[in-house]
Amino acid sequence: MKWIDYASASSVQEAVDLLKGGGARPLAGGTDLIVNLRIRRLDPDTVVDVKGIPELNEVSYDASKGLTLGAAVPCYKIYNNKAVAKAYPGLIDVASLIGGTQIQGRASIGGNLTNAAPSGDSIPVLIALGAIANIAGPNGTRQVAVEDFCTGPGKTVLKQGELLVSLSIPAPVKGSGAQYMRFIPRNEMDIAVAGVGVSVVLENGTFKSARISLASVAPTPLFVKAAGDALVGKPVNDASIAVAAGIARDAAKPITDMRGTIEYRKHLCEVLTRRGLNVAIERAKENK
Amino acid sequence: MAIKDYEPNMVLATKKFDVVGTRPVRHDGTDKVTGRAQYGADFTATGLIYGAILRSPHAHARIKSIDTSKAKSAAGILAVVTAKDFPKLTASRDEYVQLGELNTRLGYLRDNILADDKVLYKGQPVAAVAAANAHVAHEALSLIKVEYEVLPSVLTAPEAMKGNAAILHDHLKTEELGEQTDKVSNVAQHFQHVLGDLEKGLADAEVVIEREFNTATVHQGYIEPHNATAFWNKDGKVTIWCSTQGPFEVRDASAASLGLDIASIKLVPMEIGGGFGGKFEPFGAPVAAMLSKITGKPVKIVMTRAEDLQGTGPTPGSNMKVKMGVTKNGKFTAAQAHLAFEAGAFPGSPVGAAAMTVFAVYDIPNVVVDGYDVVVNKPKSGAYRAPGATQAAFAVETVVDEIAEKLGIDPIELRLMNAAKEGTRRADGPVNPRIGCVEVMEAMRDHPHYKAPLEGKNKGRGVAVGFWINGAGESALTLRVNSDGSVTLSEGSADIGGTRTSVAMQAAEVLGVPAESISPQVVDTDSVGYTSGTGGSSVTFKAGWAAYEAANDVKAQLIERASKIWEVDAGTLEYGKGEIKSKSDPELKLTFKELAGQLNSTGGPVVGSSNLMPPAIGGAYAGCIVDVEVDPDTGKTTIERFTMVQDAGKAIHPSYVEGQLQGGSVQGIGWALNEEYYMSDEGGMMNSSLLDYRIPVSLDVPMIDTVIVEVASPTHPFGVRGVGEVNLVPPPAAIANGIYRALGVRMEVLPMKPASVMEAVWKK
Repeated sequence: MKWIDYASASSVQEAVDLLKGGGARPLAGGTDLIVNLRIRRLDPDTVVDVKGIPELNEVSYDASKGLTLGAAVPCYKIYNNKAVAKAYPGLIDVASLIGGTQIQGRASIGGNLTNAAPSGDSIPVLIALGAIANIAGPNGTRQVAVEDFCTGPGKTVLKQGELLVSLSIPAPVKGSGAQYMRFIPRNEMDIAVAGVGVSVVLENGTFKSARISLASVAPTPLFVKAAGDALVGKPVNDASIAVAAGIARDAAKPITDMRGTIEYRKHLCEVLTRRGLNVAIERAKENK
Repeated sequence: MAIKDYEPNMVLATKKFDVVGTRPVRHDGTDKVTGRAQYGADFTATGLIYGAILRSPHAHARIKSIDTSKAKSAAGILAVVTAKDFPKLTASRDEYVQLGELNTRLGYLRDNILADDKVLYKGQPVAAVAAANAHVAHEALSLIKVEYEVLPSVLTAPEAMKGNAAILHDHLKTEELGEQTDKVSNVAQHFQHVLGDLEKGLADAEVVIEREFNTATVHQGYIEPHNATAFWNKDGKVTIWCSTQGPFEVRDASAASLGLDIASIKLVPMEIGGGFGGKFEPFGAPVAAMLSKITGKPVKIVMTRAEDLQGTGPTPGSNMKVKMGVTKNGKFTAAQAHLAFEAGAFPGSPVGAAAMTVFAVYDIPNVVVDGYDVVVNKPKSGAYRAPGATQAAFAVETVVDEIAEKLGIDPIELRLMNAAKEGTRRADGPVNPRIGCVEVMEAMRDHPHYKAPLEGKNKGRGVAVGFWINGAGESALTLRVNSDGSVTLSEGSADIGGTRTSVAMQAAEVLGVPAESISPQVVDTDSVGYTSGTGGSSVTFKAGWAAYEAANDVKAQLIERASKIWEVDAGTLEYGKGEIKSKSDPELKLTFKELAGQLNSTGGPVVGSSNLMPPAIGGAYAGCIVDVEVDPDTGKTTIERFTMVQDAGKAIHPSYVEGQLQGGSVQGIGWALNEEYYMSDEGGMMNSSLLDYRIPVSLDVPMIDTVIVEVASPTHPFGVRGVGEVNLVPPPAAIANGIYRALGVRMEVLPMKPASVMEAVWKK
């Protein structure tokens, strides 16, 4: 039987110091970490509890600066924050969708990102919202766009000793809307066969900008820049949406496994992009 | 969904009783809702240690060697066992062992407990260790070195039946139409049922529909994993504590596999967290016993979920071809079925029951049914709630739906025109006694659900009807009258569905006392006579019958005692509504409770008993109506409304019967829409967790409405038929028929998962 040490960090520096020797994993909500320890997918000697670090618990929203979301903030604190809930309905889609009520009491968006599952529900919407990851490490701090954060299943840009401190999400502009939509065979307790995060900014009946990202159809969540770019300047109608949905379908690089076939998953990317864009457009129209 | 025009959960009762048919609180209710009930994994004992099992990583391989030396010398490891530590089997390999609904041979049973020279499925036990705690035991498994010669595997019946298929058992020779042949193959048995003249029936038909179906392996999905604790005492006596549907079967099978006398083993049944047919095999018990023999300590083994899904007895996948002929007026003239069922690693699939039930809903004059029991590299199939009947009904009932559509006849009317009745002969031989097939169909036709309009796009309403044989078997039971008028009931039937209460109620009815004054106890195998397992929907039927007989025994003894006290002839006394009285003298009167208080001083205690084997069984029918909405873009099916109609014979406790109807419906929804063993090409189950093996969650099912039909079973004292299983027979077919009416695609596979529905749409 393997013994694993537990350490609790009270500052970012302390956490970095504990992590930099290697063989350590940060512990936030633990909803992925503990499961992975049990099945030996991860095999650290130490877990470093980061829930006591002030920066990792920060939730600060400013209508001009946007949102700073500490990496350990549990989902329920996000959807219970009225200002955040109003400004980022797309983020609330995922905070209220991951796990169930009990899991949402522990699980964090930062943890979902660093777990780096191809199916991570929060990642496509973070990408669509243009979120930036704020990282601290032995050599100081750095910022990485979320679309560049994951490098493979369970793999990220974090180097030994580095810690995700928070996420910065730009303030929503007038006429913007976002949405996350996934497909699961059941209605709860399931992993996305495919997922799509979209955000749009509308102006005078046309798309001013759009970002589209896919989950579960590649080794990492996929930012499909071309799909969003294809909408820019186009009228808000079914024909424009169909073009973007087709690009998303073609960009998907899924595998066939127990959750779905290549053909079916690519098809779902098209369906979900279309449906997600329609919801995001409705939200954008209400966001005057 | 608003159902305002009627009261849900109708009970179409035909006969009234005082206790039977009422809804008392269950006797085991308090322990269950307060968490005090002791399940298998809760058991603890002084000196308890833990066992863990090493399982095959290969679907098919020869074991070249097993080196346990490292594990044996590892710190904290108290014992290691392999098949070599068990008594050697010689001629006894071929002896049959009773395992509830499906039986097996001792050699196969032993190989499924710990593999000897070959592994036949991924997850098959190969060795076991014991340690002071479960973590240490599991860690030590990696120290056991097994050298395998990996062999090609076969995973489906059609694949395994091919001439060039890899052979699982070198000595397995096909039994062909009752004759033992010399042909070594994966087909353990081919049998045939013939009724009338199939060719003539097909010639008489004006419309013939023929379809082929494939269904995936599915698991019962009970929540409590398999478990066993065993203690091998220095005097050679073994006690086993486990959650099982068959305390006596597991005792006897453990004795046979350990080479012990039956009387050397006592099995103490623990509370059971679901079984559904999957808890008859003695997986861990003999291993725990062997580890206990070495260590001298009680040893507990509890499976993980992955072990349970990979290493127990799921219900098999099947390949079925069904052909039915019908006149333009809708009269069935002929039916043919080819049923090839996966037995798993060892012979004994439920294809026999599939062949008995396949056309049992109908009166068809010309029938041929061919059944094939085929071994494949998957876990040995177990029973699952009407084993075999659900697959068969999926095939037949979707063909019947297609016939109804072709002929433009309402699907329930078509079924009524051809319904089996009393006197109808089944293709496998039996002539129906009084059955409730027509009454179930009529209740479906007349139900508000069937008449309600279906509004909106992509919606469809499907119906299907199913039959299950039900079972009976030995039942032993005693009633002990206590001095305060309470009664202690001891029975040998594990309670997986509220049967303590339904059995106690039948005794209470006879004695004329409240159900609450009876205290029903499921006792260990040393404390009651042989009782066959809790399968085949049999307990309320057989143990209820035994309770009736035992209560009548008590009654006779009480009359005898009263005659002694009053010094009158017993023939002048009568017993009714809980009173013993003289037929002529109004002064001579004692209540049950008053007489109970006098028993010990007037000749000693009264114990009523019954040890019986019911002479008949009460087969049952069920049908369901289901409204679905199918997303045409994703293929995902939503169950919008669901009504299950079932002939209970007599619902002893209607609430628990409704629970059975609802539970079977939910399992049927899971089987229909998402459940499957997803196998890798190498034969490993890829989805061995409840995250990826998708049993329905609460958001996947609507409130299931029920209708209890009561057409009394002609043999049983209260008309009971058994209610646990037949409700799982029609749901997948009804859902398939609903999907057809919603999207226009005929589904010929289970599960009808979104991707499969989408593929069918693309093919259209």
